[in-house]
Amino acid sequence: MTISTQLAYAYPELILAVGALALLVIGAFMPKQTSLVGGASVLVLLAAAVASATQPFGVAFSGALVSDAAATFSKVAIYIASAVAIPLGQPWFERRGVKNFEFPVLILLAALGMGMMASSGDLISLYVGVELHSLALYVLAAMHRENAKASEAGLKYFVLGALSSGLLLYGASLIYGFAGSTVFSEIAVAAGGQANTGLLFGLIFLICGLGFKVSAAPFHMWTPDVYEGAPTPVVAFFAAAPKLAAMVLFARVLADGFAGAAGQWQQVLVALALLSVAVGAFAGLVQKNLKRLWAYSSIANIGYALLGLASGTSEGVQAMLVFMILYMIDVTGFFACLAALSRGGRPMETMDDMAGLIKERPGIALAMTVFSLSALGLPPFSGFFAKIFVFKAALDAGLWGPAVIGLVGSVVAAFYYLKLIKVMWFDGSAGATDKPPVEAKTIAIATALFAFPVVIVALTWLNPLAERAAHAFGLA
Amino acid sequence: MIIGLAHYLAVAAILFTIGVFGIFVNRKNIIVILMSVELMLLAVNINLVAFSVYLGNLTGQIFAMFVLTVAAAEAAVGLAILVTFFRNRGDIAVDDASMMKG
Repeated sequence: MTISTQLAYAYPELILAVGALALLVIGAFMPKQTSLVGGASVLVLLAAAVASATQPFGVAFSGALVSDAAATFSKVAIYIASAVAIPLGQPWFERRGVKNFEFPVLILLAALGMGMMASSGDLISLYVGVELHSLALYVLAAMHRENAKASEAGLKYFVLGALSSGLLLYGASLIYGFAGSTVFSEIAVAAGGQANTGLLFGLIFLICGLGFKVSAAPFHMWTPDVYEGAPTPVVAFFAAAPKLAAMVLFARVLADGFAGAAGQWQQVLVALALLSVAVGAFAGLVQKNLKRLWAYSSIANIGYALLGLASGTSEGVQAMLVFMILYMIDVTGFFACLAALSRGGRPMETMDDMAGLIKERPGIALAMTVFSLSALGLPPFSGFFAKIFVFKAALDAGLWGPAVIGLVGSVVAAFYYLKLIKVMWFDGSAGATDKPPVEAKTIAIATALFAFPVVIVALTWLNPLAERAAHAFGLA
Repeated sequence: MIIGLAHYLAVAAILFTIGVFGIFVNRKNIIVILMSVELMLLAVNINLVAFSVYLGNLTGQIFAMFVLTVAAAEAAVGLAILVTFFRNRGDIAVDDASMMKG
């Protein structure tokens, strides 16, 4: 294969890389033109989404880059979620006197890394993709430089992220040593039948490293602190797209590289999933800060996604993909609501701040009610369909016990979602709120509309697409 | 005594463990955490190069090059975040990073 035919498989990555570098230069020479850089970044992301939707399928660069239905599916979702983060975040920062062009460029670089994660077919491209997105996210978390909490969040995220990269890398080095190759398809040959101890050891380290990235318990300790300290629109971004990218990467490593050792990794994933559901449900009960609360909610939801993956079937991967897409929309919407709310210039982040919100801001309170009910898994909201898919896949794979424990966890978690709704609807008002900014409000309303009526129509095409994507992995 | 693959792997495993402990046990200074992270990545490099020589396969050495480059970028980002933290708090003691708990 010539270099130009191989490059055709990497168009989305090329568009993002060239776009990010060009916009960085433009921003450096015209530092006042922040909205130009922001608008251009959104266009670059949309162009990359179109390029990945129309991409030819195949394998390029000696197996390092895989372009298949799964890569297309997740990359389009990742790029669109990243594009939403720019109009949500940039005005938010500008209102706080942080007028910089780096924010959209960092989102572009993170999107490039996430795209590489979603289409990596080799341990080296896996590592480079993970690092590229993590480094951009560390900086984004600490972007609000004058804010002591934000820089502490960035620091904690960096230290634990670096630790997780170390674990992931140590696992990758062991897998390379015992399989003799870094390409997933060749690892699959070495791991076929009975995987040897060295390979399994490496796989466990790799799962631990990726567990940090998706914030699965017991590797979740960074999540509440980072969510609380980081700027709200940045949290809206990194609770969504990076989680999908890391879950797809999980599926790639396990299904493409270690399909032969499915019996072993299934147990590990079930343990991670149940721990996450339990930690997310119980630790969330005592939270006062809503960003922390939704950090625990995201830990619990990652547990459900992992349960889908733990089924080890094509149906399970499909359930995981649908779950992640619906969850991404919920979580983006919820944090957009939080980004829209402030009282006297102070952000409203605690449960008490939300008292009587329905009288002050009926639109946003209604949207937050929809997201809470959806995350709780109440029909007819999107979260209900997401959970149905996951539980069905788990039951079909014979995981009865874990599915029941997962259901119990979601009943426990119902307490805090319902408490938030009760506080918003029935408590006395805590005072007038500021006028919500139009972009955050628009995103909140649009995602809320998706979470209820639109999802029923959307599932009729989302589900077949996810099914096609899941078939790209070589699972039964 | 011939120094074989197992010796290299043992050294790398020990270095890696020291790195992990350096992150968790250290209660003094965040710079020490950055050094521990570096130690972990270098332990991985020993692993990769040892496997590469043992397998007669160059991929491991190429991987090690990537790790070195990324480690440099990681240290730069880490130090930059540390500078903003220092500006806000006037100190870089590990125990100071405790505004958020729970």
